[in-house]
Amino acid sequence: MPAGEIIDVCSAIEAVLHTVEDPEIPVISVMDLGIVRAVDATEVAITPTYTGCPATAVIETSIRAALDAAGFEETAVKTVLSPPWSTDFITDEGRAKLKAYGIAPPPKGADAASLKNAGPAECPRCGSENTREISRFGSTPCKALWQCNACLEPFDRFKCH
Amino acid sequence: MTHDPSFEYALRLGDDALVLGQRLGEWCGHAPTIEVDLSLANLGLDLIGQAMHFLGVAGDIEGKGRDADKLAFFRDELDFTNCLLVEQPNGDFAQTMTRQWLYSTYQALFFDALKASSDARFAEVADKASKEVRYHAELSADWVVRLGDGTPESHQRMLGALDWHWRFVPELFAMDAVDEAMVSAGVGVDKAALRPAFDARVNAVLDKATLPRQDDQRPLRGGRKGHHSEHLGHLLATMQHIPRSHPDARW
Repeated sequence: MPAGEIIDVCSAIEAVLHTVEDPEIPVISVMDLGIVRAVDATEVAITPTYTGCPATAVIETSIRAALDAAGFEETAVKTVLSPPWSTDFITDEGRAKLKAYGIAPPPKGADAASLKNAGPAECPRCGSENTREISRFGSTPCKALWQCNACLEPFDRFKCH
Repeated sequence: MTHDPSFEYALRLGDDALVLGQRLGEWCGHAPTIEVDLSLANLGLDLIGQAMHFLGVAGDIEGKGRDADKLAFFRDELDFTNCLLVEQPNGDFAQTMTRQWLYSTYQALFFDALKASSDARFAEVADKASKEVRYHAELSADWVVRLGDGTPESHQRMLGALDWHWRFVPELFAMDAVDEAMVSAGVGVDKAALRPAFDARVNAVLDKATLPRQDDQRPLRGGRKGHHSEHLGHLLATMQHIPRSHPDARW
């Protein structure tokens, strides 16, 4: 295949992946989430967010279905562990979508030691940083439950990971 | 045991994670508050994720067509190689948290070392899981402090929980022929060398929790050889009964 066509195939596959939603947070795609490690004509490599995240199998099935529907039946989907995913892999576009959806995005480049989300979260409703953690575990493994002291809005915060 | 010690090594790591993950799952719907219920279930999920990876690696090494599910659900008690600590019953909340804290503190040190394994199959899982395990260690240490430095009742229960679990700690750091072979091959971890760091971390938390540093007890071992306490059989019966009653059933 000439180089130009290979690039076209990869971007076509990427375009398909942009339409595959995260099953738990349907406003962001698997591309926004940063779990797609590599794309070529023969293979899409994805990586799990958390080791035991129950959404991983669903995500793989959704990607398979989307590729098949777009005519990429021959493109394999495989899972890789390295390098491990961290919240830094969430794209800027993904962060903006999370915020608009009411989930405080994780700070970028946070020290791996700051697992407690030590810094204040910005309230996705009113923008105040006067917020507090209510529960370190929220509706999914990747989120903690926070509340805004200014407007009282309870909200999910994506954990630094 | 097959002749390749890396099979046994992967099996041990998988069994530790699987049994502790199953124990934590027993709290689901029973924990005192919603936050605790969620946190214990989430810790359990992380551990079962680790178990899937390590048992999958074990199955690949063995090469007899057993995948992670086959190894989890179709082996009997004598074939399980988890340490005795992780199979201990949940007991009260102090017991659950003490067990978690001792194991996660050990596991965090172990995975940090395993990241340097010359075998990518081990190093990659360790690298992935170590962040999660640090979280487990931190969360359970917070509870040890909260309960130890809490009411006279919670303090008393923590003393009981430490007394129950402390005799299982030496097994975590015990080295046998499998461990030695894996260390020589550059794949495994010298567990005995982790003990001073473990003691330092544990003692710092005990001090903060106003709990006494622990004296050595007569150690109980045998899990790695399949010699388990009476508690494991009951856990396996619950965990394995559906796939054994309905083999090859699919969702």
